[in-house]
Amino acid sequence: MIQKPQHLLTVEGLTAEYCAQRGRIIAVEDVSFSLDKGETLGVVGESGSGKSTLGLSLIHLVPYPGRIVKGTILLEGQNVLKLGKEKTRDLRGRRISYVFQDPMTSLNPVERIKDHFVELIRTHEPKVTKADAITRARKLFKDVGIQPERIDDYPHQLSGGMRQRVMIALALALDPSIVIADEPTTALDVIVQAKILDLLKSLQNRYGMALMLITHDLSIVLERSDKIIVMYAGRIVEQAPSSTLYTHTQHPYSQGLLKSIPNIELEEQKLTAIGGSPPDLLHPPIGCQFWPRCQYIMEICKIKEPPLFKTGIDHLVRCHLYAGETSG
Amino acid sequence: MGDSSTKKSMLSRLVPLLTSLARRGLAGWFIAIGLIMVIAIVAMTLLAPWLSPHNPSAIETGPPLSPPSSQFPLGTNKMGQDMLSRVISGGGIMIQVALLSVVICMAGGVPIGLLSSYSGGTLDRILCLIMDSIYAFPGLVLAIAIALMLGRGVVNMALSIAVVYVPSYFRVIRSQVLSIKEMAYVEAATATGAKGHTILSRYILPNVIPSIVVVATVNFADAILTAAGLTFIGLGVSVDIPDWGYDLTVGRGLLTTGVWWVIAFPGIMVVLLALGFTLMGEGLSELWNPRLEQ
Repeated sequence: MIQKPQHLLTVEGLTAEYCAQRGRIIAVEDVSFSLDKGETLGVVGESGSGKSTLGLSLIHLVPYPGRIVKGTILLEGQNVLKLGKEKTRDLRGRRISYVFQDPMTSLNPVERIKDHFVELIRTHEPKVTKADAITRARKLFKDVGIQPERIDDYPHQLSGGMRQRVMIALALALDPSIVIADEPTTALDVIVQAKILDLLKSLQNRYGMALMLITHDLSIVLERSDKIIVMYAGRIVEQAPSSTLYTHTQHPYSQGLLKSIPNIELEEQKLTAIGGSPPDLLHPPIGCQFWPRCQYIMEICKIKEPPLFKTGIDHLVRCHLYAGETSG
Repeated sequence: MGDSSTKKSMLSRLVPLLTSLARRGLAGWFIAIGLIMVIAIVAMTLLAPWLSPHNPSAIETGPPLSPPSSQFPLGTNKMGQDMLSRVISGGGIMIQVALLSVVICMAGGVPIGLLSSYSGGTLDRILCLIMDSIYAFPGLVLAIAIALMLGRGVVNMALSIAVVYVPSYFRVIRSQVLSIKEMAYVEAATATGAKGHTILSRYILPNVIPSIVVVATVNFADAILTAAGLTFIGLGVSVDIPDWGYDLTVGRGLLTTGVWWVIAFPGIMVVLLALGFTLMGEGLSELWNPRLEQ
């Protein structure tokens, strides 16, 4: 067997479920991928596709009543799920940091911005003095494009875009190896959205961290990611380098997503939507999860769930249409 | 009481506070009026030795049961004690008891509420059950029972009132924490590796303080009434100390004979003090709740 080169992050067969009162919901099923230093991974999927659960799993923070059923998450060769309480705390914030969706409520309203930094830095590096932590916060503020004086403000004194910049600065404060941005711009308007995303990319170049960009908007990640995972009903349905995904979109769901992106270069165009709605995860369809909405539906789709077929270098697709290719 | 310079600086701070409160509409007026009433009564009690025209405990200051007159503006009681002096100095015990009970209540109810709702699970269930069973008792009856067991005295009165009101703190804190626990900033703090006690003390507690203050003012008003009730039935402190509650007991028997002044004036003072705190509490909760609901 050939020794695989070690990735920064390797996720193998990750499965997470929520035990709701009415039954079990498998939010993430058998997800495997890897992430290297300085790489950007886009995770695309609609609401309920399990993308946020996947993100939270990486810092072992799937909210109750959810839990990780099986799988391994190796960060620099260490299984994140097997870490003790203290090590897990150290992991969160220092090695993997998280930028949440809603910047409006992600900051403690009763504390000044600088206190957020002091607390975060001193939680992980108790030896750092308060003054040093504030100096570091000022430098981070410059990096994310806010006047350093604003660290004395309270969260309500900042706009949504500024708060998200603060969240990003907080995420970078301890120089993590991975930053997970879970829909970082969903709550912001389009102009601010582009600025924040470009900021994230430029900071990634400077700090050299890996970035996991979780979004429902394929257009956001297409140009900004190295590779993309498309999720549907908790499963990876297509995984490919961004350029490949754009030029050789294979899964019908990914094709649908791509067709629903408006193109400003075309005079007139019809945007196509994907008909139907995502499956009820309490009663998932038998066979392929996407068949009720698929336009290429075949008999086998309703009986057997397709495995991930390898259709090219680093290109995986979960669809019976590609059954001729080698199974990955 | 402090010297004139501190009094002046207190006054100079109080006036802008009151005017800024008045600008906040009805709730602000409630707080301002309540605050003035409470401060006035507390100041009167503190300054009682200088304000009262007679020794409130001295008997036969004048003819017994004389109606309000120019010499005794609020009349005298059965023992010829001056009612004006007794009204001026009679709040001391009650205010001490109320203050102490609020402190004890807070020290008990707030940490228990935080712990219970933050940890959840079995501990939460058990604590809820205990608190609800205390809550189910009529407050005064329970306070009487506890005061009977503990005996007389300021601390014992405060303790018996405190036990009754711990569940109010517990309930309010618990429900507040349950909603704050779900806020994104708490999740964000967890995601940055914050410790459990840091989250409790820096993220949750500061955000429930407004509710604690509101409960405390209402608690204060209730404690005054309960303290009056305890003294009324003779579970208060020694009869030598002038007390509104004691005067109410004495006055009750006299009311049927047409002697209304012995019971009326101490009664009005109890009502005013409780009303002052209630107004403050209502105003504060009115002012803070819209923000809490966001």
